Amino acid sequence: MKKKRLIPVLLLKNGFLVQSKEFNRYQNLGNPATAVKRISDWTSDELVYLDISRDDVYDMRRDDIKHPNRTNILEIIRDISQVCHVPITIGGKIRTIEDIRMRLRSGADKIAINTKALDDVNFITQAAKEFGSQCIVVSIDVKFIDGKHVVMRDGGKVSTGLDPVEWAKKVEAAGAGEILLNSVNRDGMRQGYDIELLKKVSEAIKIPVIALGGVGEWSHFKEALDQTNVDAVAAANIFHYVDQSVYLARKYLVEHCCNVRKPDLL
Amino acid sequence: MNEAKVCIIDYGSGNVQSVYNMISLLAKETVISNEDKDLEKATHVILPGVGAFGAAMEKIKALGIVDGLKSIVLRQKKPFLGICVGMQVLADRGFEHGEFTGLGFIPGEVKLLKTGDLRLPHIGWNNLVGIKKHPLLEGMSEETDFYYVNSYHFAAGSHENVLGQCVYGETFASIVGRDNIFGVQFHPEKSQKAGQRLLTNFLKLI
Repeated sequence: MKKKRLIPVLLLKNGFLVQSKEFNRYQNLGNPATAVKRISDWTSDELVYLDISRDDVYDMRRDDIKHPNRTNILEIIRDISQVCHVPITIGGKIRTIEDIRMRLRSGADKIAINTKALDDVNFITQAAKEFGSQCIVVSIDVKFIDGKHVVMRDGGKVSTGLDPVEWAKKVEAAGAGEILLNSVNRDGMRQGYDIELLKKVSEAIKIPVIALGGVGEWSHFKEALDQTNVDAVAAANIFHYVDQSVYLARKYLVEHCCNVRKPDLL
Repeated sequence: MNEAKVCIIDYGSGNVQSVYNMISLLAKETVISNEDKDLEKATHVILPGVGAFGAAMEKIKALGIVDGLKSIVLRQKKPFLGICVGMQVLADRGFEHGEFTGLGFIPGEVKLLKTGDLRLPHIGWNNLVGIKKHPLLEGMSEETDFYYVNSYHFAAGSHENVLGQCVYGETFASIVGRDNIFGVQFHPEKSQKAGQRLLTNFLKLI
């Protein structure tokens, strides 16, 4: 049987890994490649890597032995793909077909697109035609404002006025292969996913939905898997708090009868 | 470290680097190439793949390596592994966006998966079923999960050439093999320990 996926999300800001809270507070976690190796070794099904830098400076401000200072995203992708033998999705600052091509060539398997899709939905169609739908993920940031879910843009700061269900249907029709659905209000709050949001989007479309935003304990993964149609559960911060976090999360889900890959720490 | 000298065929398909990253951990020498001299030098040859059947065959033909491939695979009988679309083009024909002729190394046709209500492409981790005893599958069980991205599948002409299967809507061949020629529908290079094990088994084949 095909399994539901458990996916750590790593946030990169100017070359550093960071933790994020409500899309506006960030804490530095250090070198991106070493964390990826650690997390990949802990039986992740995939990795999502989002570059949330506001400018083009990638400076880790350190030149550790074996961990050279990386100054651009392609070098970082190259480092990651050498140590990580699961599918890697790279998102952030994708504006052109060439941006996609270069990231895939450097070792990415899929590309997550957010703002550019909102600017020009035809870009999704073009990208899917060029590289196949299977590698085009549309990332959707949603905020709950005045009793309504609304799609946000520009790093979760600006409302588009779009309804997430309608937007998801539109990008599906345009050729997106998957949706990465994130909640701005839940980001970093550790109170669980926005289940209502996951439910209505995952029931409205046929392409897989990856849930993101709000996980504070392993049972939150189970809630989303049990109560919604999502194909994958993702989280960022929680995987950095404890040793062997992905393994422990997976073990919890297997023990609670969720349809995920069994943990194996060979 | 295995003594194998591996040539990963570069025909402009996306994931060559990922395959290289995994194989170079396991084999003594690994090259990415589409030149006859590198195919000749290699002990093991891998044909990776992402994308559509027709496009993949077109690129392989455009490189002019079909005869070279036939020579090392059919005459010199070097262990050969096709991955994903690299597996599918081993068939006689493919029916993705039209009808295309394949390499014809293993009898079969490549057809759309009949999944009913299940979503296509089949993306994610899925386990093996109906595994045959074979050195390539040493250490594998029906609980072994691999990472798949496919909408089409290899409908083998003879069940003898099917070494392992997978279920998604219908049961389809996930591992095919005939003499020294093998193909896997999943991506071993993206399947962590299980993938590493399968590739290690492949590199031990002589």
